[in-house]
Amino acid sequence: MSKDQALDDNRRQLLIATSVVGGAGVVAAAAPFVASLTPSERAKAAGAPAEADISKLAPGEMMTVEWRGQPVWILRRTEAMLATLEEVEPQLADPTSEKSVQPPYAKNRHRSIKPEYLVVIGICTHLGCSPTAKFAKGEASGIGKDWLGGYLCPCHGSRFDLAARVFKSQPAPTNLTVPPHQYLTDTKILIGEDKA
Amino acid sequence: MTTKSGLLQWIDERFPLTSTIREHLTEYYAPKNFNFWYYFGSLALLVLVIQIVTGIFLVMHYKPDASLNASGIPVAFASVEYIMREVPGGWFIRYMHSTGASAFFIVVYMHMFRGLLYGSYRTPRELVWIFGVLIFLALMAEAFMGYLLPWGQMSYWGAQVIINLFSAIPVIGPDLSTVIRGDFVISDATLNRFFSLHVIAVPLVLLLLVAAHIIALHEVGSNNPDGIEIKKKKDANGRPLDGIPFHPYYTVKDIVGVAGFLIVFFAVLFFVPEAGGYFLEYNNFIPANPMVTPPHIAPVWYFTPFYSILRAVTYPLFGIDAKFWGVVAMGAAVVIIAFLPWLDRSPVKSIRYKGPIYKTALTIFVISFFILGYLGVLPPTPGRTLVSQICAVLYFAFFLLMPWYSKIDPCKPEPERVTWK
Repeated sequence: MSKDQALDDNRRQLLIATSVVGGAGVVAAAAPFVASLTPSERAKAAGAPAEADISKLAPGEMMTVEWRGQPVWILRRTEAMLATLEEVEPQLADPTSEKSVQPPYAKNRHRSIKPEYLVVIGICTHLGCSPTAKFAKGEASGIGKDWLGGYLCPCHGSRFDLAARVFKSQPAPTNLTVPPHQYLTDTKILIGEDKA
Repeated sequence: MTTKSGLLQWIDERFPLTSTIREHLTEYYAPKNFNFWYYFGSLALLVLVIQIVTGIFLVMHYKPDASLNASGIPVAFASVEYIMREVPGGWFIRYMHSTGASAFFIVVYMHMFRGLLYGSYRTPRELVWIFGVLIFLALMAEAFMGYLLPWGQMSYWGAQVIINLFSAIPVIGPDLSTVIRGDFVISDATLNRFFSLHVIAVPLVLLLLVAAHIIALHEVGSNNPDGIEIKKKKDANGRPLDGIPFHPYYTVKDIVGVAGFLIVFFAVLFFVPEAGGYFLEYNNFIPANPMVTPPHIAPVWYFTPFYSILRAVTYPLFGIDAKFWGVVAMGAAVVIIAFLPWLDRSPVKSIRYKGPIYKTALTIFVISFFILGYLGVLPPTPGRTLVSQICAVLYFAFFLLMPWYSKIDPCKPEPERVTWK
């Protein structure tokens, strides 16, 4: 189009209006496609609580339960294990769990309802690997002479104590997350739901 | 071609067949001094074809399904084993695809290194280079998503770590990683969408980018080992004096490259398809188990230099987590390659005429890249982290200091015509 043939103003406005309406249509049509990428109703509903029977768990042993596709550890700590929790505190990044995620009833030194049983999501708060149990003390753990027992993440080396609290200067920013849970009986734990 | 057959004429009046063949093959003049390094462009195209053809046949038998079958094995994992053991010829097709993935990166890394040697990214080839970097990015996405499909332990935990990286982005991070997964954990939803993206979306983008890469290249003409423009010296017919038609000269030369490549490719495929755990990691022969992380997880070799850069960042900055800056550094390490055309201020293009500073810088860069790649497959220790930090700094220094060192570098004069034996 040559310069002297200026576009009629009315036509220009019609063109703009058509483009705007068309653009709005494209955005509206894109919405369901974007929405389809978010978790489905089934995925959202999959958060059913999981029941764990701890009657056969011996002191010093750990069991793993699947809840929402994630490993949840139940560790039955011995007196000796519980005694280490105070000893390691100066080396911890968040000993009182201020920055970490847990229900209020687990915001204590042992990070649990009953000191004996630790219930925690076994997923590292760094990049989501599942740490490995390293309960042996000292050299036997393969970590170091001063090791009092805890967990070691195989991916990036984050270390946690026996209450899943992270040590200082580790890749993991916070302690492992404690899921909401409650005791149905003395030997049955329900993970994913609490009385509150 | 003076006399056209009836059919050809009929087609040419309706579709630019003859003129396209002329423009891109028989009358596309490429410099006559191409050497060994110029095999890798056509080889990349060959591997792309291998991946597409083998991929089409794999999809006929593969099932993207994370649910457990009657024997308690995930269906996706079992379907890959089914291809390997029970589909006639299945093992061959699958190993071609898995070896092809590593071959793709070997060929593309060599192709990119050729660009660094001869300054192939310099004016007027900036867009050729940028399309190339985009192809590299698409290739990384393609390889990452493809690696989830066998649904082994490395598939699962590798994806877990990489997708969790996105959750480090402030504000939108956690929601973004949920949208990528389509679930709160890596699950069947993640497997299915990665399958869709791996077989449809990313290959389409790759093909479009490859077309743009070649169209842009044929518009400006190929660079050559001397880094001088053959279009500056033309004969009476307007043909470059130092140019020869791509077909038949380079089609024949590239067939030699293809033969050499296929000898190596099939030697790997038949005798060491896992390449000692580097092409197919041992942990990926164990079905995905969301409850247990393997004792040592490492990405496949072609990602390890960038993975090392990610791990090298261990300091929080501006109150944001170190892992976010690790992601930024890893992304920047790839994206910065696209800026080379504007970082290089040398008066010459080719390493043949560049001075000792660029040669030293390139050597340090390549050594750092290899060390980063090597450290990326190893578990981190404080000593290794320090080495990877030094190498990451050297990696970025190669690019960021280039505007200065390329300017002061004492260069040799470029020849008038290409040198050629």
